Amino acid sequence: MEHFIALVTKPDNVPIVAILFLIPYFIWLSYRQARQTDKTGVPSDAHLNDKVYVWPYLCRNEFICAIIVMLVLGVWSIMIDAPLEEPSDPTKTPNPSKAPWYFLALQEMLVYFDPWIAGVVLPGLIIAGLIAIPYIDTNPKGKGYYTIKERPFALSVFCFGFIILWIVLMVVGTFLRGPGWNFFAPWEAWDPHLVVPLTNVNLSYLFGIRDANTANFFGFVVVAGYFALGPIVYLWKRNTSDFLQELGLVRYIVVSFLFLTMLALPIKMILRIFFNVKYIWVSPWFNV
Amino acid sequence: MNEERKGLKEKITNSDIWRSIFRHGYENTGRRYTLQILQNVWLHLHPPRISRHALNFRFTWCMGGITFLMFLVTAVTGVLLMFYYRPTAEYAFHDVQYLEFDIPFGMLLRNMHRWAAHGMVISVMLHMFRVFLTGSYKKPREFNWAVGVILLLVTFFLSFTGYLLPWDQLAFWAVTVGTNMARATPVLGHEGPFAPSDITQSNDVRFALLAGTIVGPSTLLRFYILHCVAVPLLASALMALHFWRVRKDGGISGPL
Repeated sequence: MEHFIALVTKPDNVPIVAILFLIPYFIWLSYRQARQTDKTGVPSDAHLNDKVYVWPYLCRNEFICAIIVMLVLGVWSIMIDAPLEEPSDPTKTPNPSKAPWYFLALQEMLVYFDPWIAGVVLPGLIIAGLIAIPYIDTNPKGKGYYTIKERPFALSVFCFGFIILWIVLMVVGTFLRGPGWNFFAPWEAWDPHLVVPLTNVNLSYLFGIRDANTANFFGFVVVAGYFALGPIVYLWKRNTSDFLQELGLVRYIVVSFLFLTMLALPIKMILRIFFNVKYIWVSPWFNV
Repeated sequence: MNEERKGLKEKITNSDIWRSIFRHGYENTGRRYTLQILQNVWLHLHPPRISRHALNFRFTWCMGGITFLMFLVTAVTGVLLMFYYRPTAEYAFHDVQYLEFDIPFGMLLRNMHRWAAHGMVISVMLHMFRVFLTGSYKKPREFNWAVGVILLLVTFFLSFTGYLLPWDQLAFWAVTVGTNMARATPVLGHEGPFAPSDITQSNDVRFALLAGTIVGPSTLLRFYILHCVAVPLLASALMALHFWRVRKDGGISGPL
């Protein structure tokens, strides 16, 4: 418990603690407006449609908001000192070594994927995927107001990615990872000598494959088959689904690729945690 | 007395000096409200009039504005911090210590800079969350969403480059861990898949970032210049574009 309390009260982790309150608050705030919109069928702010002068109405809001934020920042800065540890020493590696808090979801992904995926390919795809959002979301509804009913798919994908795969992983990486990047529950003491037996095996091994070349081929088939799910669904549903018709082939390929890539993370997490799977595809050049 | 005061006030506000600075009076007319925005360099990115729903805190969460405010706070406190800080391995840590213990309000200055930076990372993430939830990236605002995603990255990079500057154990190892992944970049990192044999640890993408094979004095200088000059300039340019596009794309999104 003491290690957990030390982490929670660490000055640099204040933002994480703040996020634990801010995210649920804003989810509640937006959910309430979305529910009202969905119930009445009219956007909850639709009646506020007249024009007002920016001076004084908007400027006043901005000014008051700035004062409140500066007040919070001032109190925060007076109460809590920025951390300064010992002088840097390349020969003394702290255990655990953690990246800044906003990168801890990425560091947490390193548990499940090799660095070239977790540290380079996935972050790159997150950025590309975020930029692609407006171009692949063809739904014209739900623009400028909160709603759930009118865009359930877009909302659930984004919220899953942002809240579970970004915020929750960040919180886990900050508060629940100890020496050796081992998982420690809040009430557990950090044991720097904890030895976790490495019983993980590759997926091909679980299927009884012992030969490296066959394992390589098996892994390729599994990964390729996984990403082929997108085109297969397209061929199967293209004539019956209005959604697919509207989306078009190019957009559909981008959407399905990004969606399957995003789901690959929780799938790998489940395989690792519950089935002790190390790699899905072991090849001479890289491992997935 | 009252008459006298009124006369004096009129004399001042009608003087050539006053009228050269302030181009409008303070009468309660729509014309003055409009001039107030149009004739003020700090306010003129606003339109003169907006939809009433755009004032609604429940809708905007004020997060974009707070992000910009946090940027301004870090810019002002950052310039002040630069007076006391030398980006060399010999001095950096001790300059921060000196700042904390001997400079009047030095600790407060450093705290404000660090917490405003953290605040900016939080508010920029929440801003993106809000923009997504309200579907505000949809036509015609697609490009501005892309600019916003780049600004999110720039914010992370600003915060990350600043993380190294105190040159303590926390800074050193956080940046070491954060940049280690660049080793594994496909093709361009020496430990990455498909790396050609002439990519080594002294010429790969991580070397370009660190100016060395480990975090060292040249990394400190490189991150200092990125943090204080290059990235803030980039961020300012992109913010100008971002705010400009908000207006050109029809103001903030709304139900109508």
